[in-house]
Amino acid sequence: METIRLSIDNRQVEVPKGTTINKAAKQAGIDIPVLCYMELKDLCIENKPAGCRICVVEVEGRRNLAPSCATNCENGMVVKTHTTRVLNARRTVMEFILSDHPKDCLICPKSGSCELQSMAHQLGIREIPGQDIAAMSTYKKDTSPSIIRDQDKCILCRRCEMMCNTVQTVGALSAVNRGFMATVAPAFEQNLEHSTCTYCGQCVAVCPTGALNEVDHTPDVLRALADPAKTVVVQTAPAVRAALGEMFGMEPGTLVTGKMVSALRALGFHYVFDTDFAADLTIMEEGTELLNRLTRYLKGDKTARVPILTSCCPGWVNFFEEYFPDLKDVPSTAKSPQQMFGAIAKTYFADKIKTNREDLVVVSIMPCLAKKYECQRDEFSVNGNRDVDFSISTRELAAFIKQANIDLNNLEDGDFDTPLGESSGAGVIFGTTGGVIEAAVRTAYELHTGKKLPRPDFTELRGFEGVRSATIDFEGLPINIGIAHGLGNARKLLDDVRSGRSQFHAIEVMACPGGCIGGGGQPLHHGNSEIIKARAAAIYREDSNKPVRKSHENPFIIKLYEEFLGKPGSEKAHHLLHTKYFDKKKKIIVKQ
Amino acid sequence: MSSIKIELRQEDVNRIKDICASFNNDPQELINVLHKCQEHFGYLPAEIQEVISDELVVPVAKVYGVVTFYSFFTMTPKGKHPISICMGTACYVRGAEKVLEEFKKELGLQVGQTTKDGKFSLSSLRCVGACGLAPVVMVGDKTYGRVAPDDVRNILKEYSEK
Repeated sequence: METIRLSIDNRQVEVPKGTTINKAAKQAGIDIPVLCYMELKDLCIENKPAGCRICVVEVEGRRNLAPSCATNCENGMVVKTHTTRVLNARRTVMEFILSDHPKDCLICPKSGSCELQSMAHQLGIREIPGQDIAAMSTYKKDTSPSIIRDQDKCILCRRCEMMCNTVQTVGALSAVNRGFMATVAPAFEQNLEHSTCTYCGQCVAVCPTGALNEVDHTPDVLRALADPAKTVVVQTAPAVRAALGEMFGMEPGTLVTGKMVSALRALGFHYVFDTDFAADLTIMEEGTELLNRLTRYLKGDKTARVPILTSCCPGWVNFFEEYFPDLKDVPSTAKSPQQMFGAIAKTYFADKIKTNREDLVVVSIMPCLAKKYECQRDEFSVNGNRDVDFSISTRELAAFIKQANIDLNNLEDGDFDTPLGESSGAGVIFGTTGGVIEAAVRTAYELHTGKKLPRPDFTELRGFEGVRSATIDFEGLPINIGIAHGLGNARKLLDDVRSGRSQFHAIEVMACPGGCIGGGGQPLHHGNSEIIKARAAAIYREDSNKPVRKSHENPFIIKLYEEFLGKPGSEKAHHLLHTKYFDKKKKIIVKQ
Repeated sequence: MSSIKIELRQEDVNRIKDICASFNNDPQELINVLHKCQEHFGYLPAEIQEVISDELVVPVAKVYGVVTFYSFFTMTPKGKHPISICMGTACYVRGAEKVLEEFKKELGLQVGQTTKDGKFSLSSLRCVGACGLAPVVMVGDKTYGRVAPDDVRNILKEYSEK
């Protein structure tokens, strides 16, 4: 590879051709500030519109300052990153951005983790010239079931637009208008609720300011906890335990399962349960469905649709209902673990503790914003009473714990309550890309072959590549498995299914890059993909430390079927644990 | 979830599809498609943008982004007599702004709007290449030069009787 030699701040740097000044500087230990720029390296996600101009540098011989994020290095270049001219330009840019930005940092939900705030601090901005004479652009606030858009705080970095279009191919958001009216919005500046938005929350995950946030349901949870007539049950998704610690100063990848359980108990939840239990249940239902469809398909039954697609990710469900409604009989009909948990909690468990569903409140802690929408779907409630009453994100839980003066770092480890708190390692790995299908393979293999797996780990299904495939040998029956994370990658696999080119028997899709560990409700990664990798490693660690690694060996799952559900796929299981999908594609109505 | 109600006549839908097809449904040709559609329909309402989005497989948010970025494109129908006031440098220094204000007052419109009866619409543009006649106003294809605020009422009168 051709190398380029240049000088940055009098240091000689050698980089491969095509490297930007910013990356070359980083290699030399010089951290040029960036604002609109963001890169998630291992996930091949990069935003460089060169829009904000915070990262400008002086290049000898050039008349204008160059944006270092989007200017490639050239041989013999002499770059200066902190001359008076550069520093003044950087300050002026920042002052301009701030002149059209609300100054309500004290009450902004992003305060403390806002990249604009820290940049203003880093640049030492102490006043904003002209703010008393300049008009501020204002936009309506848009609240959807999952996400709040407060575009007054948008700085037009366009990270959200990049995630929504390039990575997710959802196309709900675009830059619209110009000048002071310019903003990022859905078509016709409608509310998100009326757009093609899937609530995956990746826009929120990358927004540097308070322009995009989740709808906060902690006040509802607090009210339920304070009501003496209610029994409040909580379930925690696998990805939460691998990330919550970050918000309490712990290293990324620290597992806080036990501390999280203790914190939830201290918050006043009557029963602390685990979504992982419901993930095991999902595997029982989905795995059975997979084997059933596959057997029928291999026998030549034309009505058996193959591949089967996983259906635990609500952003993904919203995506195929919007873009692939013609394939809505392809995904598994199994509900997501969150909703399976709700359905079981409000029937089986409510009976066990002799209460009725109206007096039982089910709260979920999720790494996800689409889960908020999912639990509000009509089909997931009985006479207006939801199976899952409220869903709060990892970030909301962290804020809740802090408000309750709970010192997470120094809590003793607690254990989940029984019976809905016991899970296998298979349930845990649902939190990362490849995990659901690995969990399904562990069970489907043993059910199909009647033999014990020599070891439950299928490392060929793991990794961070956007689209992966592997063939697993079920004792002479080769099963082709596809995996996609990020909706743009899922679209590629779905296009193949639609055109009949797909060779897969089963496909796992997770809407968020990295899977749930990279979800829209997780602690902000600020463009550091190492954090997401560390979370995945933590998930696999938790899995290998579990005494039970396969869903069908979870004794509480076995008991649930014995006592209540009968067999996987039984009528009762179908009624409680399966769902149907809807065609949500916009129709063009022709006027007569 | 998408819920916009689209109502177009079949012949209009066909016309849009034909225009898109004439550009091979190439998403790169979005701006040209929008030009042709505006030429045909006079404006680009949401319904038309939805059909274009479907045909070119471009998110409708993107289509809307382009329509709102370029001032040439409009989502409101132009009046029967579209009025454009030149705000180019020459016209501006010779009082075009006062002329524009007078039109706004007389018609009760802001720039970019159309009167309720659909007769007049008001827009501003930059330089029509007749700087010697500044300030310049165009109504439809007809050009008026050296327009003073006092002339506005008479210009409008020419059309209100027709």
